[in-house]
Amino acid sequence: MSTLILTLIIGLGLGALYFLVASGLSLIYGLMHVLNFAHGAFLTLSAFVGWAVAQAVGVTGWGGFLLSILVGAVVGAIFAALTELLLIRPLYERHIEQVLVTVGLSFAAVALFEGIWGTDPITIAGPPWLSRTTEVLGASIPNKYWVLIIAAGLVLAGLVLFLKKTRYGMIIRAGVENRAMVTALGIDVRRSFTLVFAIGGAAAGIGGVLAMHALTYVSAHMGSTLLIFAFIVTVVGGLGSLTGAAIASVLVAVMQQVANTYLGGTGDFIVVILLAVVLLVRPAGLMGKRA
Amino acid sequence: MTAPILQVRNLRAFIAGQQVVEDVTFDVPATGITAVLGRNGAGKTSTLRGILGLISRKGEVLLDGERIDGLSTHRIVQRGVGYVPEDRDVFAGLTVAENLALAERQREPRRDFVAQLFPDLVARRDQRAGTLSGGQQQMVSVARALLNDNRLLLVDEPTKGLAPKIVTEVSDALAEAARIVPMLLVEQNLDVVRRLADQAIVIADGRVALVGRASEILDDADLTRRLLGVSAEEHV
Repeated sequence: MSTLILTLIIGLGLGALYFLVASGLSLIYGLMHVLNFAHGAFLTLSAFVGWAVAQAVGVTGWGGFLLSILVGAVVGAIFAALTELLLIRPLYERHIEQVLVTVGLSFAAVALFEGIWGTDPITIAGPPWLSRTTEVLGASIPNKYWVLIIAAGLVLAGLVLFLKKTRYGMIIRAGVENRAMVTALGIDVRRSFTLVFAIGGAAAGIGGVLAMHALTYVSAHMGSTLLIFAFIVTVVGGLGSLTGAAIASVLVAVMQQVANTYLGGTGDFIVVILLAVVLLVRPAGLMGKRA
Repeated sequence: MTAPILQVRNLRAFIAGQQVVEDVTFDVPATGITAVLGRNGAGKTSTLRGILGLISRKGEVLLDGERIDGLSTHRIVQRGVGYVPEDRDVFAGLTVAENLALAERQREPRRDFVAQLFPDLVARRDQRAGTLSGGQQQMVSVARALLNDNRLLLVDEPTKGLAPKIVTEVSDALAEAARIVPMLLVEQNLDVVRRLADQAIVIADGRVALVGRASEILDDADLTRRLLGVSAEEHV
């Protein structure tokens, strides 16, 4: 019983991490129809800068931990906004070229990070509480998973509030449905593109710093690894659906963990099978709109 | 004779590289409703979408004497061109109030005027637009264009697929709106055209085939049969 609870909560924590990366991907695709392969680079850069900040302020203190998350979010937002302004916007309506430029950026970014921070993972020790456990119904849950779950919950709540309660949120929701009609109401929808990239970058940045604390290391390839699962989550949830991304994050991660625990470490295989089944049975994803 | 509010000169429009409007030239007077008539596929909707820059286009378009054909769609709308699309295109996941709020461009939008024209929308302000009937969605679509002080409205088949009672309601609203803003109206329902339009432009094969008084064109049974593929008398 305790193993099952441990598996489920770790799955939930991992799902929280996937959501932090996938939420931005999903919003960006929904509004702009851009599959952003550079999203992992936002995450990795944020993690490296967050690591540097934590080193400077004190890695074992909560101040350094919180500051690293904040800085990670800002770095992710700035990197993402600049990517949209400098690389994506000049290729407006040229979707294949947009995808190619994000693929190129992702490769270039990894090479750049390796050049700056080296090819070996850098280990980091966060606040001691993160490496301890909390007992839940007989299961010892590593505390880092609680932090991931709380952070993803706060980001989800913040995104929902932003989308529901602000004019820009309304423009983004409308733009995901019918971008041409938004422009036909006199709204420059391209301004929202930068904003959506920045929001997605910030969420990925938070995810990057938290992934670093959860994994206790940071490396140039961290973003690429997480991006694969984030893409799977985005497709399973339905491209463009934030709710879909949230549900699919938990579904994918819990299935992955359960399979790893009970089916001889076949988690990644099960996730790929899930992706194939969704694409065959429900190509638009769990919450996506049919084309 | 006042200057036209819209001048369209040698407009050609393209969808996915395919030319869908061959060469269209016409003026829209600064008052009243000008109908755009033609058979299905003649290029009426594409002409409207080309004017608004929603599809690729060439040629000259002047709004109140000022070139707008080089502007992007949102800038053309900001210059005072309201648009009611063919398929309503309400944002299904947004409420009625959100659909209307999104369309508001000016500090004091004409909410009272819209509420007076469409009281049903006030009662349904918190309802998701996707759950409205076709007629109610059309009211949202028209209301969005009427909230601002536009210089011209482009209205595309506002009565398409609506029940007769709703056709009358929408027509009443358009007639009321036409008192304050000129309109370029694409419409297949010739009864509605006869009731609302002062002037008519007939488009055939992507070109302007005829321009004249709407009533005169519709009274000519041979013309309507030849250019529109229907007999106007069938609609009376």
